[in-house]
Amino acid sequence: MIQLDNVTRIFGQGTAAVRALDDVSLHVPAGSITGVIGTSGAGKSTLIRCVNLLERPTSGCVSVDGTDLTSLAERDLRRARHDIGMIFQHFNLLNSRTVRGNIALPLELMGVTRSDIQARIDPLLELTGLSGRADAWPATLSGGQKQRVAIARALASRPKLLLCDEATSALDPQTTASILTLLRDINDQLGLTILLITHEMEVVRNICDRVALLSEGRIIEHAATGEFFTRPASTEGRSFLNDYLELPPSRSLQQRLLSEPAEDRHPVVRLTFHDDSAARVLASNLARRFDVDLAILQSRIEEVRGRTLGLMIAEIIGPASRTRQVLEHLHTLELDVEILGHVQRHD
Amino acid sequence: MSSAMIERIVNAVFETLYMVILSGFIGTVLGVAMGVALYITRRGNFLERPLFNRVLSIIVNIGRSVPFIILALAIVPFTQLLVGTFIGNTAAVVPLTLAAIPFVARLVEGALLEVPDGLIEAAQAMGATPQQIIFRVLLPEAAAGIITAITVTFISLIGYSAMAGGIGAGGLGAVAINYGYNRYDTGVMLITVIIMIVMVQGIQTLGDRLVRRAQHR
Repeated sequence: MIQLDNVTRIFGQGTAAVRALDDVSLHVPAGSITGVIGTSGAGKSTLIRCVNLLERPTSGCVSVDGTDLTSLAERDLRRARHDIGMIFQHFNLLNSRTVRGNIALPLELMGVTRSDIQARIDPLLELTGLSGRADAWPATLSGGQKQRVAIARALASRPKLLLCDEATSALDPQTTASILTLLRDINDQLGLTILLITHEMEVVRNICDRVALLSEGRIIEHAATGEFFTRPASTEGRSFLNDYLELPPSRSLQQRLLSEPAEDRHPVVRLTFHDDSAARVLASNLARRFDVDLAILQSRIEEVRGRTLGLMIAEIIGPASRTRQVLEHLHTLELDVEILGHVQRHD
Repeated sequence: MSSAMIERIVNAVFETLYMVILSGFIGTVLGVAMGVALYITRRGNFLERPLFNRVLSIIVNIGRSVPFIILALAIVPFTQLLVGTFIGNTAAVVPLTLAAIPFVARLVEGALLEVPDGLIEAAQAMGATPQQIIFRVLLPEAAAGIITAITVTFISLIGYSAMAGGIGAGGLGAVAINYGYNRYDTGVMLITVIIMIVMVQGIQTLGDRLVRRAQHR
């Protein structure tokens, strides 16, 4: 649906020039929900604006649904934009129009007749859960409702592609979840291709089929979401994942943790599993093989696209000689091991 | 007060309204157009024309910096050319309109600058033409600010029209100067002042009401 080829966008000139996008190539398959994640300043906004040419690439090629947009004349580009819906972080609704008026706007711009416009609005209101609010003014709506209006407006021209520019970043977690569900439903029901940019792993995890990681204007990773969450290939990908999958030691554990090992102390480790098969039987395996006990102090299990991610903080209980063996063994397994410290034996 | 004087004052009210409404109307139409031109040709806006913008801006500044009474006298040949005379109410409409245009233009430009850039971006993403952006997004979204600008302009024009009364136009200004001031008729002076106050209050009240209607919150 979208094909970006070697897209570079440079702002400014000479020594002040900034490469917002640096030779980016990206394919977004039709019918998919693709996410672009990155920290602020990574070039996400520029990237999504290059897709409908709100931002013109300095070089490179942007094609949507087989049409090379960069080669189009102004007039044809405007027509092509009717097939590309867009929603924004700050909704960008017209305060001078009601909900109905906002949804009608793109249709008026296209020259759809008044009666056809009215006929198209009601199904959109229903789809986005806004029935009954047709005549409300945007100023009276909540953030979530405003984004629903924006989605209805973006869908009014029956686009094949929807661009979402940080569409949930101004919303609270609950509202974010409901908007993401709506986007998922639209993708399912209308077969709409969605490209979204976000800085939140939660958004990617919830609805994206594929994810690209953008860093300093370059795409450094592009994978299926499940793959990205379980085996990020890049350092930055891992750091995103670690920030997302945080499992900090509890306050009471922190107070008991000592940095040095000793004969009468047990090691405390944080284990990160990228595959659940090992996690399920790890404790009993270790117990059998090394004659130790594994006391699970804290844990967190997440499922992403059929893959399980697990974090666990555990105390390895046993004589020092055996716990050392356990630690060595853990390092040979396919999981991340981090020794948080040691706690005093109680007996 | 004699009935002749009362008739004179009533006529003056209509003359003032004639000058203010006609110059206000033409000044608003041309001033809004110029304000839109100033806005859209600004650097970074969607019909960016830096040179044109700078020239237009200088013209507007010149128009704004000449005091009305000087402007009216300075353009006498132009007025003569346009309406055939530089005396009378219709002749006064010319300098009044010329004073109103740059005034409205700057205030409208300011009102348009208050419209969030995101709205224009959203309209562009929908495939809007520049004309559609102006008429369906910019002007409706800036309506409250534009109405405020027009209100201020009409109130200023009442003051300017009184000055025009001192240099050959009719209206309440002429009555106040000729009878109230030159003939020491305190009663006439007082009445003209009160009528002007009522006019200004009326315009302000109407303007406020229209602004509220345009705000939708």
